[in-house]
Amino acid sequence: MAPPRRVLLQFAHPVLERSRVNRRLLTVARQLAGVTINDLYENYPTFSIDVRREQALLDDHDVILFQHPFYWYSTPAILKEWQDLVLEHGWAYGRDGTHLRGKITCNLVSTGGAAAAYQHEGRNRFTMRELLSPWDQTAFLCGMRFLAPLVLHGSFRVGSDEELAPHAQVYRRFLEGLRDDTLDLEALAAAPYANDLVTATAAGAAAGATESSSSSERAEPAS
Amino acid sequence: MSDSVLVQAFIYLAAAVVGVPLAKRLGLGSVLGYLLSGVVIGPFALGLVGGEGHSVMHFAEFGVVMMLFLVGLELKPAVLWQLRRPILGLGGLQVAATTAAAAAVAIALGVSWRPALAVGMILAMSSTAIVLQSLAEKGQLKSPGGQASFSILLFQDIAVIPILAIFPLLASAAAQTAADDAGHPGWMQALLVLGSVAGLVAAGRYVVRPAFRLLAQTRLREVFTAATLFLVVGIALLMQRVGLSPALGTFLAGVVLAESEYRHELESDLEPFKGLLLGLFFISVGAQIDFAIVAARPVGISALVAAVVGGKLLVLYTLGRAFGLNAPARWLLAFSLSQVGEFAFVLLSFGVSSGVFGAELASPLVAVVALSMVTTPLLLIVLERVILPRAAGAQERPADEIVNAGEPVVIAGFGRFGQVVGRLLRANQIPTTILDLDPNMVALLGRLGVKVHYGDASRPELLHAAGLEKARLFVLAVDEVEASTQIAEHVARTYPELPILARARNRAHYYALRRAGVRHVFRETLGSALEMAAATLRELGVRAYTAQRMAAAWRRHDERALDELEALWGGDAGAYFAQARLQMEETERLMRAESSAVFDDVEAEWDNDSLRDEVLEAVRAAGRGVVPQAGDGVSAAGGGAVEPAEPVEPAEPVEPVEPAPR
Repeated sequence: MAPPRRVLLQFAHPVLERSRVNRRLLTVARQLAGVTINDLYENYPTFSIDVRREQALLDDHDVILFQHPFYWYSTPAILKEWQDLVLEHGWAYGRDGTHLRGKITCNLVSTGGAAAAYQHEGRNRFTMRELLSPWDQTAFLCGMRFLAPLVLHGSFRVGSDEELAPHAQVYRRFLEGLRDDTLDLEALAAAPYANDLVTATAAGAAAGATESSSSSERAEPAS
Repeated sequence: MSDSVLVQAFIYLAAAVVGVPLAKRLGLGSVLGYLLSGVVIGPFALGLVGGEGHSVMHFAEFGVVMMLFLVGLELKPAVLWQLRRPILGLGGLQVAATTAAAAAVAIALGVSWRPALAVGMILAMSSTAIVLQSLAEKGQLKSPGGQASFSILLFQDIAVIPILAIFPLLASAAAQTAADDAGHPGWMQALLVLGSVAGLVAAGRYVVRPAFRLLAQTRLREVFTAATLFLVVGIALLMQRVGLSPALGTFLAGVVLAESEYRHELESDLEPFKGLLLGLFFISVGAQIDFAIVAARPVGISALVAAVVGGKLLVLYTLGRAFGLNAPARWLLAFSLSQVGEFAFVLLSFGVSSGVFGAELASPLVAVVALSMVTTPLLLIVLERVILPRAAGAQERPADEIVNAGEPVVIAGFGRFGQVVGRLLRANQIPTTILDLDPNMVALLGRLGVKVHYGDASRPELLHAAGLEKARLFVLAVDEVEASTQIAEHVARTYPELPILARARNRAHYYALRRAGVRHVFRETLGSALEMAAATLRELGVRAYTAQRMAAAWRRHDERALDELEALWGGDAGAYFAQARLQMEETERLMRAESSAVFDDVEAEWDNDSLRDEVLEAVRAAGRGVVPQAGDGVSAAGGGAVEPAEPVEPAEPVEPVEPAPR
């Protein structure tokens, strides 16, 4: 059996104090072995990103996840700065830029809006995958495998810890699945959301059938 | 009896309490204050104290012992080792040269060679008490001149041992027998001295520290103080027993304990005792001056005092020069050590008792020694007010010729502040012309490969030579407020097109620079203070980015307040402070509003309350059948545009509102 993949969680939230959702998810991630959390706003409060350190972190991991709230249909500012500085030509892409080749990447996002809004017919007119297409293309350029995003929609309405529990469960399974290579990467690369695949895989592989409520609650329009 | 002790204490204390503040007020320094107070209460003025003055002085000499213990505490063994060259070289030569010169003069005056040599050695001594107290008062102990003075004093304390041994040998044969019962033969004496010094060092290392640890555990402060005094008195007595100067012994003990963890407790315990005893000592010296002798031969005594002080001064100045001290340092050395020390009193009476010379020689010398002590504080005033300013003027070296004029940036002042600016520019290959007024800094930077031009940037012709006409920027990082303001005014007037970036030392300086026309003024400590404030918030658990934003917000408010206060600066102080207070309150109010927006634990994510309300409103509207306009949520987020630092996620109405897709 292959050794577990090393997972790097690039975390970006400018005011974590106010995000119950992300605080909760981080506590879950911290309990997982083999997951490194890199808290970008905490490490670079003035945006002076240490490029060599970041590149070393990327080198040391097989799965690069970006966890962030969805601001103006994109990421918080520091992730853009991070891309601009860290993904250098000749390192991340270009003829000699092979450091990221073959690594797995995806976005773990929370949005205020509901799933229905992120449809062609919805208020936001584009799907999550469409809105994340710059990240998709960045991954492609760097030779990485881009997976469907793991999304928590309607974080507005997530009130208590209990309401958050189903998503926290999915989140944990997703990280564990990526780490232990128990997920169907082909299907994940093609899907609109990672959420349902994770639940399905987990339910099929183990006795996790009790979790089915989490997917039914999410009003994912049928594709 | 105890009554008279109290009365005496009352007199001495009264003299100190009245005399010293008065002397300080007049700019004379505390030493002179004590000495003059002593003269006033002494037998030749008010006559409040009389014959017992001698024993008081003997007791008070213990203050000197304590002072050397304290000096030792400040001096780690490694530092003492570094001083070995000045101690042995400078100190040794000073004692030898002064002894020789004084003896030669005495012989020329008709004294025979033995007493002349003894007198020479006596006059070579300087007063540890006066020198260290004066230097400490002026904050000069750590300066090069102060260090050299201290080294010489230390050597003199060591030299006391052989001097005491030589004195009986100098006695004329008739008196030889009287002095001979001093005790042990020479080799045994040496062995005793070495043994006790070694014992002292070992005890300091292995006995005193654990003992103090035990005492500290009792948590009784007075026991600790008692132990400290016990230690110092004990060492002094031991040293006296083996024939070593008690001051030297306690000094060594201090050095041994300099690295112990109780150093600061020892210091603070002894400090008041030392201060009081030294004061008492100076007063008793003042009271000792025998004005009857002075009155009998006023010219002769005055001439002697002048000759002794002048001679010592000359020797010291020459030695300072030979040892490479710069002008201010060697003037300080010469002036501060020019008196004869308190140990002369002991040696003079010892000389009489061992038959080296008679009382007819000793008693006028006692007066000379005491008077020479009075001259030192006066000489130091002359030094400070007259000689040092002149020495600085006389040794002013001409400004360097500037070869690389015409560089884009000119930096005036290349100390701690200017260096950071200059090094960053240098790292980015931006050529600079640098001016600085500190020759040591210029030399030091030259060794590091940085070309700094020596010169006073407040002189217009030098600024012109530095190429201000062609420069694109002028960085003003001079640390003297006056000079900086003057330069800013001159440059702003002469080169109105040239942008100036200036360092401000304080608020007054800030406003002065702004009034001079400088647009970019940087308060020198603001940046690091704010960084520390942000770090403090972080240590308290605040997120780094939040702490950083808080600091930045505070800075914005503070700078706005600073600019608004500018108009009031220099006018009515009352109006200024009233406005400043209002603004402080305003800043804090704004900060609280800002931080509550961050710290209040709301259940939504990034989105603020107003946005949430709007969404809920939309839900209610939908319930009534009103379909909200597209873009509502985005316009709510438009509130974020006012505060661009805070991106706000645009809201969409929740599902029920969403028109059904199909």
